[in-house]
Amino acid sequence: MADISSNFLGIKSPNPFWLASAPPTDKKLNVLRAFEAGWGGVVWKTLGTQVKNVSSRYSAVDYHGSRVMGFNNIELISDRPLDINLREIKEVLKEFPDRALVISLMADNSRESWHELTKKMQDTGAHGLELNFGCPHGMTERGMGAAVGQDPEIARMVVEWVMEIAEIPVITKLTPNVHSVVPTGLASVQAGTNALSLINTIQSVTGIDLDTFVPNPNVAGKSAFGGYCGPAVKPIALKMLATIAQNETTRRVPISGIGGISTWKDAVEFMLLGASNVQVCTAAMKHGFRIVEDMCEGLNYWMEDKGFKTLDDFIGKSVPALTNWEDLDINYHIVANINQDKCIHCGLCYIACEDTSHQSIALDYGKPYNKYTIKEEECVGCNLCKLVCPVDRCITMVEQRKGDEYLNWKDFQRLGLPLNDH
Amino acid sequence: MSITNFRLTTDEYDANFADIHPPFENLAAALVEANRCLFCYDAPCIKSCPTSIDVPKFIKQITTENIKGSAHTIFSSNIMGGGCSRVCPVEKLCEGACVYNLLEEKPIEIARLQRYSTDIAISHKWPLFKRKPSTGKRVAIVGAGPAGLSCAHVLSREGVDVTVYEKESKGGGLMTYGIAAYKVTPAFCEEEVDYILSIGGIEIKYNQTLGENISLAELQSNYDAVYLGIGVGLARQLNIPGEELEGVVDAISFIYDIRSKGFNQVKVGDRVAVIGMGMTAIDAATQAKRLGAKEVTMVYRRTEAEMPCTTVELDLAKLDGCKIIWLAAPKEITGENDHVSQLHCSTMVLGEPDASGRRSPIDAGETIVLNVDMVIKAAGQMPFEALVTSNNIDHQYGKMWVDANSGTSIPGVFAGGDCVNGGKEVVDAVQAGKDGAKGILNYLNVNQPVITNQY
Repeated sequence: MADISSNFLGIKSPNPFWLASAPPTDKKLNVLRAFEAGWGGVVWKTLGTQVKNVSSRYSAVDYHGSRVMGFNNIELISDRPLDINLREIKEVLKEFPDRALVISLMADNSRESWHELTKKMQDTGAHGLELNFGCPHGMTERGMGAAVGQDPEIARMVVEWVMEIAEIPVITKLTPNVHSVVPTGLASVQAGTNALSLINTIQSVTGIDLDTFVPNPNVAGKSAFGGYCGPAVKPIALKMLATIAQNETTRRVPISGIGGISTWKDAVEFMLLGASNVQVCTAAMKHGFRIVEDMCEGLNYWMEDKGFKTLDDFIGKSVPALTNWEDLDINYHIVANINQDKCIHCGLCYIACEDTSHQSIALDYGKPYNKYTIKEEECVGCNLCKLVCPVDRCITMVEQRKGDEYLNWKDFQRLGLPLNDH
Repeated sequence: MSITNFRLTTDEYDANFADIHPPFENLAAALVEANRCLFCYDAPCIKSCPTSIDVPKFIKQITTENIKGSAHTIFSSNIMGGGCSRVCPVEKLCEGACVYNLLEEKPIEIARLQRYSTDIAISHKWPLFKRKPSTGKRVAIVGAGPAGLSCAHVLSREGVDVTVYEKESKGGGLMTYGIAAYKVTPAFCEEEVDYILSIGGIEIKYNQTLGENISLAELQSNYDAVYLGIGVGLARQLNIPGEELEGVVDAISFIYDIRSKGFNQVKVGDRVAVIGMGMTAIDAATQAKRLGAKEVTMVYRRTEAEMPCTTVELDLAKLDGCKIIWLAAPKEITGENDHVSQLHCSTMVLGEPDASGRRSPIDAGETIVLNVDMVIKAAGQMPFEALVTSNNIDHQYGKMWVDANSGTSIPGVFAGGDCVNGGKEVVDAVQAGKDGAKGILNYLNVNQPVITNQY
């Protein structure tokens, strides 16, 4: 068996799967259940000045018969008294000393407040702190949450305040509601944060009830922008993670990956792009804590199959494979091929190529089944047909290099090579 | 042994004749199935439907909860789409062509999805089609079956005034009178006919039989065109001794009785033999069993490879406990006191292919005897040859000859459905009705596009 234990800034956990700061981690009862189910760690739901929540708080985006592809909330930070939270944290730490327990916190914008709150957190014996610079609703109006994360200078200031008294590792959680997460990440690292985590939720309107005309979620006939998460945001989170992993300053600190992670495969992708561990929420909210069982097993078997002994063997392994478009090899060329033995004649490749791509598929009419073949000379190797084909490995892309040498766009221009006509 | 009615309790009858293709209970269930559909381009299911329903489109519309649009898509091609969703042998049509079959996966439940949309449309009486202003043209249609009603609907949409003459007291033809009761209920048949008529411009005159109450000549002189959708209805005789004995009935009248009387009114024997292996034979055999017959034996002179019914239908009979004797041809029926007591069959072997392309049965010389008290003949139906001949319409063995515009040999008289093709599926008759309407519109110079998908 591979070793899936994790060491994030000295915070040890039996696996790299933490529950993110959110409803599943806002009280002892849930956290104990999570630890019993096998989660490696939790980030306790954000503590600060106690708030009051509304109902309803959640809405979701369903797609093609599948529920909760995207999830949205207008819930604020913890609405439970601070004292109770702190007491429960201490109790949980005693019961599960082998699991990671990090506390998310958010204070109003004064040095004293951050100091006071940080001190209270540390007194619990928690293993780390996560600064919530990302809450996209409710708290922003008070100059907190995403309002901090959207301004690198304010973020820098807050991180500095915390680092003045921090005795345990500090993770700064970034908001995706920015053009780029790098400036705030950079400012936070320069201000001394020990680690970064991303992404928080993305501001959204998930949809509108076509009977009542009220956007979701409905709070007595009104709604508000919420924070979007779940599987739908994973590609955006991966991109933002990659920019942090690529930056030579921000990549020096460990990164905790967050954003639509539902399975061990999602987690591996985040880790391949530079995350040292991952945080999960929506998937647990949809299925319960039991999903961690497959996450641990799946990761373990995958590592075994690939010959990885520890997480460090593959963390960040895919980062070098991401480059700029202009560095891509223009001489690399592929064309589609349809395996006629596997083809079920649904015509999806044909109509996609015909209507929206390069008219590279020939139709040979038949009743009831048509035959579809690739016109290789027309095929630009865009992948569309392969993506829409419902049959596994029916359409494959066959390499047909245009030239032996690696040639990128910059060299192509420098050499004055002719552009093609399509 | 005896032939009696009232064999079962009301609850038992109800259970035995309950819907064998129950609909999706709710939207969620329909969505799960609809979302499996791949939305094929130039889909094989469309090409395999005689009425060319745009199946991927209507299923896609269900996935977006556009149920009105979905029903409109179905009814645009097949105004009896509700009934067809219950009675079509989809395993050899749309569902049989579904590309999932090529993946060795269960095909999309097209019929069930079609039923889902059309049931909602019919129960809500959604007015999905609007009649064009009257053109003043008048067409008489004989037969309120699938061909006649389909023809009437298209004509009415284009502003033609239609009068339908129907010999029975209810519309729907075969759908109402000739199909197993566990597939489609009388209540649904009535709703379906009402829904078709709700477009307006169509009047049905019931209990009017061509050649008795009305004549073709009258119709020709009173209307601008005539459409004959008179179906087939005469049961083929076996022409063997004993056919006149009490207890020998034909499947068509047996099924007609089940459809038009209460289940408990229909007499059935203890031991029943059904001759034939077509869809009607299956309907007769299964229903005899469901009416309380102790033993039902189907007798067919060829083998399973040649049978006209589908495997799904055969399985239905098997699941109902019907016995099957392959390669046996009825030779003689004998009786006691004028009542059937035995069916004597010759055993057969298969010889050379005949005109139908199937290997023909040859007498093997042995005889088997079945002790029965009822024989149901389902050896095929014959067109109304005498009626066709007496009206001087060109025909072949009673099946009317029509040209590419559905016109018969008499100008202004059109025909379609079973009376032309000799007996096919309901869905074929619906298409024939559409074709007939197109021919009539051309003939009447009502040059409107007949079939559109515009809503």
